Amino acid sequence: MTTATAPLPPRARLVEHPALPGGYAVPDFDAELPPREGDRVIQFREALREAMSEEMRRDPRVFLMGEEVAEYNGAYKVSQGMLDEFGPKRIIDTPISENGFAGLGIAAAMYGLRPIIEFMSWSFSLVAADQILNNAPKMLYMSGGQWGCPVVFRGNNGAGGQLGSTHSWCVEGLYANVPGMKIAIPSNPYDAKGLLKTAILDPDPVFFLESERMLGDKAHVPEEEYYIPFGRARLAREGDACTLVSFGRPVNFCLEAAEALASDGVECDVLDMRTVRPLDVESVVRSLRRTNRVVVVDQSWPFGGVASEVIAQIIEKAFDWLDAPPARVNTDDLPTPYAKNMEAAYLPNPEKIAAAVKRTLR
Amino acid sequence: MSQTSAKTPRAHTKGDRPSDALPDKTLLKWLHDMQLIREFETRTMQAYQQAKIGGFCHIYSGQEACAVGTIAAVEHDDPVILAYRDHGHVLARGMDPKVCMAEMFGRQAGCAKGKGGSMHMFDKPNWLFGGHGIVGAQTPLGAGLAFAARYEWEVLETGKKKVCLCYLGDGAIDQGAFHEALNLASLFGLPVIYVIENNGYSMGTAIHRHTANHDRLTMRGESYGIKSVEIDGFDVLNVYDQFRPLAEECRDLQRPAFVDLKTYRYMGHSMSDPQKYRTKEEVDEWKERDSIAALASHLMRSKDDGGRACLNEDEWKEMQRSIREVVKEAVDFAESAPAPDTEAELYSDVFINPLPQSSPIRDYIHGEKNPLL
Repeated sequence: MTTATAPLPPRARLVEHPALPGGYAVPDFDAELPPREGDRVIQFREALREAMSEEMRRDPRVFLMGEEVAEYNGAYKVSQGMLDEFGPKRIIDTPISENGFAGLGIAAAMYGLRPIIEFMSWSFSLVAADQILNNAPKMLYMSGGQWGCPVVFRGNNGAGGQLGSTHSWCVEGLYANVPGMKIAIPSNPYDAKGLLKTAILDPDPVFFLESERMLGDKAHVPEEEYYIPFGRARLAREGDACTLVSFGRPVNFCLEAAEALASDGVECDVLDMRTVRPLDVESVVRSLRRTNRVVVVDQSWPFGGVASEVIAQIIEKAFDWLDAPPARVNTDDLPTPYAKNMEAAYLPNPEKIAAAVKRTLR
Repeated sequence: MSQTSAKTPRAHTKGDRPSDALPDKTLLKWLHDMQLIREFETRTMQAYQQAKIGGFCHIYSGQEACAVGTIAAVEHDDPVILAYRDHGHVLARGMDPKVCMAEMFGRQAGCAKGKGGSMHMFDKPNWLFGGHGIVGAQTPLGAGLAFAARYEWEVLETGKKKVCLCYLGDGAIDQGAFHEALNLASLFGLPVIYVIENNGYSMGTAIHRHTANHDRLTMRGESYGIKSVEIDGFDVLNVYDQFRPLAEECRDLQRPAFVDLKTYRYMGHSMSDPQKYRTKEEVDEWKERDSIAALASHLMRSKDDGGRACLNEDEWKEMQRSIREVVKEAVDFAESAPAPDTEAELYSDVFINPLPQSSPIRDYIHGEKNPLL
């Protein structure tokens, strides 16, 4: 195992752990985040690239591996230019061999490196399921705390591009069932940078779920380094009529729905969970105590999914505060269709969300 | 008979074999370690039959020369990763038999504090990256350890050239993961040796029934441009003599290798195997070539007779007696060692950096702690 270390990020502290020679850095999340309204507007994909590049410049243990990440400059141009900056020993093209390179990344992490393993799509992670579900999240426990696994798996997640059933997976519904890993799902470029930087520093396996449909989204993203904590939801909009809970791309649908509802005089809280493992139910309950109504929006399937878990925990923790049954808006419980109109009908959208809110208000 | 003896010629002639340069005490240590594994496994079977060991348990008896001969050929800080038939390797690597037995008994003093069990032996001080329970799943990990070791040497410039040993059985060569691992290892130039302990059976399925081209397994490695050799794994001197130069070559060139290490297991696939797929005669035929008896005989034979003349019958009996004692102590230790404390251990080691609200169960377990109930 390597004992190589790296300089700490600004204001971070070092925590020792027997499974990780050299320890791990914990950012100062209480430090004030830079203002979001900067003068620079960049795309979601550029925010991801900036997060990786900043961490790679500081820590030589970090490398990026995946299909088309190097010479092709990224299948979705997330890693554009990174080969030029970091060279082929750290930006590494792989064959189409997810089970193989996912396992490679896991063992490299056990050894003490900090791999970022890119899945072109999380749909393809299914062929690596044994490695990412059996090995990454269980290694620390199975070894009695001897071997850690500080790996980040990241890539596109979710439907929306007419890719049909096999390429449209929202894996959080499946993977969130497994203990031992963290799952982050950013909804905007600012969060993408801050959450990915936190993921790379985190000493546990992190599944980082991006969205092909959001890679071109633009927003103000500070040039400074900043980190967003896992397990703290962001209140994206305030209201007292109903709480909307979501994560990832559908947060944007919730904001659209809330905007439309506001014109009818219905003001909603919109909570962007940012991570589903950990899951900040405390923030949901805090909001519920004001609104007494909740709609959970989840772009994975409904049966035994993240929305189900959110609602189960709401029932456990805030049953008495509910004035209406909790509602959920998921993708429909069927394989993803190809035809544009059918795919649109299958996915959560602002209209479905607004209708669900109105039902809880009846 | 399904598994035939390896007919590979010795790689060297007498006198210039790598093992010829080793002192007597090294070979005596090998004999000790092989006998320790044999005795340990005998006691393991007893404890399992007495229901003191749970789960699945895979016995290594018969294959001792594989673990001892290959592990002797590398450095102590070269990473090693294993399949689930892992007791022999961890003992050969230097794990205390007490700690190994305690793990199988599910004790706090076990190598993984009772969280791994027979199939998952991890030992950081001995550079053991675990026994792995899913067939073939350790093979991409072996590539990753070699990748990391090479990265440490080449990119971080803090390490040295290493070689990783990744063990698997002949059953695992049929897994897709292994083929992906071979391709990556060759493509990226990863110093990993895939040691296929070919005992002729994938659980109860004989090799000619479970893999195509079963008599030329090395073709698998060769097809990926990987140096591939067949070694008689029933002769520990031969294992070392052929494996040592191969390991050094992989280390120097930072290249992978594929070894079809022909061996045989005396016991069933696991403790619950009635072994109806093979005959007693087949097992006996292999036992006649027993690797431990052969090494003991070599060490006892006169030098004129090609032996070492460094051991006599009484010393061998004394070694066996003292090993019996050590293993008995290991069983006694495991038996009397405390079980893990549920409150302390059940919930620890899930995360290095545990965060609030990671799990619904801790705060509201079965409703018990819910203030609303």
